[in-house]
Amino acid sequence: MFKTIANLQIGEKAFIEKLCLDNIPLKLLEMGCLPGIEVQLIQRAPMHDPLYIKVNGSHLAIRKETAEKISVVK
Amino acid sequence: MGDDKVVKVALIGNPNTGKTSLFNQLTGLKQKVGNYPGITVEKKQGICKLNDTSKAEITDLPGTYSINPTSLDETLVLDTLLNSTSESFPDVVVVVVEIENIKRNLLLFTQLKDLNIPTILVINMIDQMNRKGINIDVNQLEESLHTKIVLASARKKIGIQELKTAILSYKNLDTTPVSNITDRIDKEYFTHLKKAFPEFPLYKSWLLITQNTEFDFLDANQKALVLKFREDLGCIKKYQHKETILRYQIINEVLKDSFIVDKSKASDLRGVLDRVLTHKIFGYVIFALILLFIFQGIFDWATYPMDLIDESFASLSSWLETVLPPGTFTSLIAEGIIPGIGGVVIFIPQIAILFTFISILEETGYMSRVVFLMDKIMRKFGMSGKSVIPLISGTACAIPAIMASRNIGNWKERLITILVIPFTTCSARLPVYAILIALIIPNQKVLGILNLQGLTMMALYLLGFTAAIFSAVLLNNVLKIEKKTLFVIEMPNYKIPSIKNIFYEVVEKTKAFIFGAGKIILAISIILWFLASNGPSTFKNAEQFITSKDENKNLSESALQKKVAAYKLENSYIGYMGKTIEPVIKPMGYDWKIGIAVISSFAAREVFVGALATIYNVDSDSENSGSIKKRMAAEINPDTGKKRFDFPTGVSLLLFYAFAMQCIGTLAIVKRETNSWKWPILQLVGMGILAYITATLAFNIFS
Repeated sequence: MFKTIANLQIGEKAFIEKLCLDNIPLKLLEMGCLPGIEVQLIQRAPMHDPLYIKVNGSHLAIRKETAEKISVVK
Repeated sequence: MGDDKVVKVALIGNPNTGKTSLFNQLTGLKQKVGNYPGITVEKKQGICKLNDTSKAEITDLPGTYSINPTSLDETLVLDTLLNSTSESFPDVVVVVVEIENIKRNLLLFTQLKDLNIPTILVINMIDQMNRKGINIDVNQLEESLHTKIVLASARKKIGIQELKTAILSYKNLDTTPVSNITDRIDKEYFTHLKKAFPEFPLYKSWLLITQNTEFDFLDANQKALVLKFREDLGCIKKYQHKETILRYQIINEVLKDSFIVDKSKASDLRGVLDRVLTHKIFGYVIFALILLFIFQGIFDWATYPMDLIDESFASLSSWLETVLPPGTFTSLIAEGIIPGIGGVVIFIPQIAILFTFISILEETGYMSRVVFLMDKIMRKFGMSGKSVIPLISGTACAIPAIMASRNIGNWKERLITILVIPFTTCSARLPVYAILIALIIPNQKVLGILNLQGLTMMALYLLGFTAAIFSAVLLNNVLKIEKKTLFVIEMPNYKIPSIKNIFYEVVEKTKAFIFGAGKIILAISIILWFLASNGPSTFKNAEQFITSKDENKNLSESALQKKVAAYKLENSYIGYMGKTIEPVIKPMGYDWKIGIAVISSFAAREVFVGALATIYNVDSDSENSGSIKKRMAAEINPDTGKKRFDFPTGVSLLLFYAFAMQCIGTLAIVKRETNSWKWPILQLVGMGILAYITATLAFNIFS
């Protein structure tokens, strides 16, 4: 099983490994979610969705379904 | 020299970069908001004096993260920049980036540079530079980005003059791209593309083939070529991804030496605020308190200016009636136009107060936290976290609220939001509720502190929200639209709101209401006045008919006049209309006079009160100019001998107005936003049926 952004602990950092390019909208890349970039989980909303992340200097909120598609490595 | 020419400037940037602040600084009060032809996206333009002889026309384009659009607003940015033959094509583009998010902000900048348009880069919020431990080598950055850079702080008025000077000499700007990105993506593919469209800059051709829209400025031959390139969608998608990754690489290379951040200086205020404001308990408590505070503002504080407006217009009407010579003209002014304008102006306090709060919450960055907190809950109802702001705005007016739903990327979530917004209690319902509550609910306290009338008002608000949520759940299950769209929002840093920005925002929203909904309300008031003061032959012969009757021979002059007036109203065009629908509205407990008010408020709800005022004004003698409430309270139902506006009728009317879709302005905006008559008709019929059934049930239960 891969580890994805959705599996990170709050405050934990990891590097984006790869994005399943067919499923990932261009917009997410444009907002700074790129392979090889460090991502940090800042907070989970109540009910664990959406997720508040910091990536490439940007602070973003994405839904869990999207986060599950972005695999990360330590 | 083209010194007397007006320079056309387009202001572009990511959201939250302070672009609007800069626009406000450059143009001041010389702004106007129009619509782009055919669509409802607002076009904000303003004139800026560059020096003694030259001016610039500044267009504030909607905020976007990239030139590849994902919403209607963003499409507009692309259209403006690609159509080089258009009137509105800019001479120079000013790209605004914010110092803290410069990396992401520069993505859009590098895209724009590839279009070979003269470009100035404004790095905003430089006053925060030291505090955040940031150091910029401007000369080096200018060189590697091939651009003119202006360091600015729009809020502190730093760099404005420098920007004006830069705009003046726009003809000397370097138009070469930051880097030859197309070669790095796939040289062969792009050489092929260049050959297909030799007349365009290469990056423009690339944008033409990657977007899923038709560009009107292309000729038939070009359109065919574009379609041919679009056939290989997989390749286009792959290259778009590659382009973005490459752009970030280029930006990183550029920033490596010229932009240095000392992380030890960064403060963690953001982290602390985030932990509190998005906390699973405190987050909701704080949000609820803020909402409570906003509603307090709308209901309590707004009543003072509203009462004042109400009284002023009423006294202006009666003053004019005494000063002007009697006749049709005076009647038109005093009974048609003045009350009509009053009916529009009365909403200004509430709309202004609501939008003041909303823009404060947006300016501070808090709204993004609300979206974050509410997204999961709203999704259970088929909506998005982004639906919260439109639904709150709906408590002022559904028209701006529906327009505010545009940034909801998912079409199904957006459609449901648009469809349920009219259930929220807009300020047009308030005067209707206020007068009916005053008539049927005693003004007394329960449990010592709570006012019964206030509680009823609150119950009606809850009823509106409940109806919105229930219909959203219903629509979510019924509508078969599945379109996966990305939900991603930026969580901007917290800022102290700028009073200037809030002021301009409130002025703009209020103006939009006055000139949008206001026009309809005024027009309906005048039509109503006409229909009530004209009629077929029985109307014209009213005086003769009444005076010639034997039973009326001994009446006093004033009593006779009253009888004539009542007879006239009954025989006016509107009287006939009211009587025609009486059988239909009878089950809800309404007579033909209430019917008139209901018909007239199909244009806009608030006309109900105005219509009743007109009806009872015509119906009463002129000496008795008491308030409309007193006149309504005194009205007797001839069938029962009891009060016309008794409890069952009042409740029935309240429910009818809570549910019925009575606003032409909203229907028109829904049609434009959904690009189909299907959805506004669904709203009109669905909400109408719900209103009719609940009102009829309520009337029969309480009678």
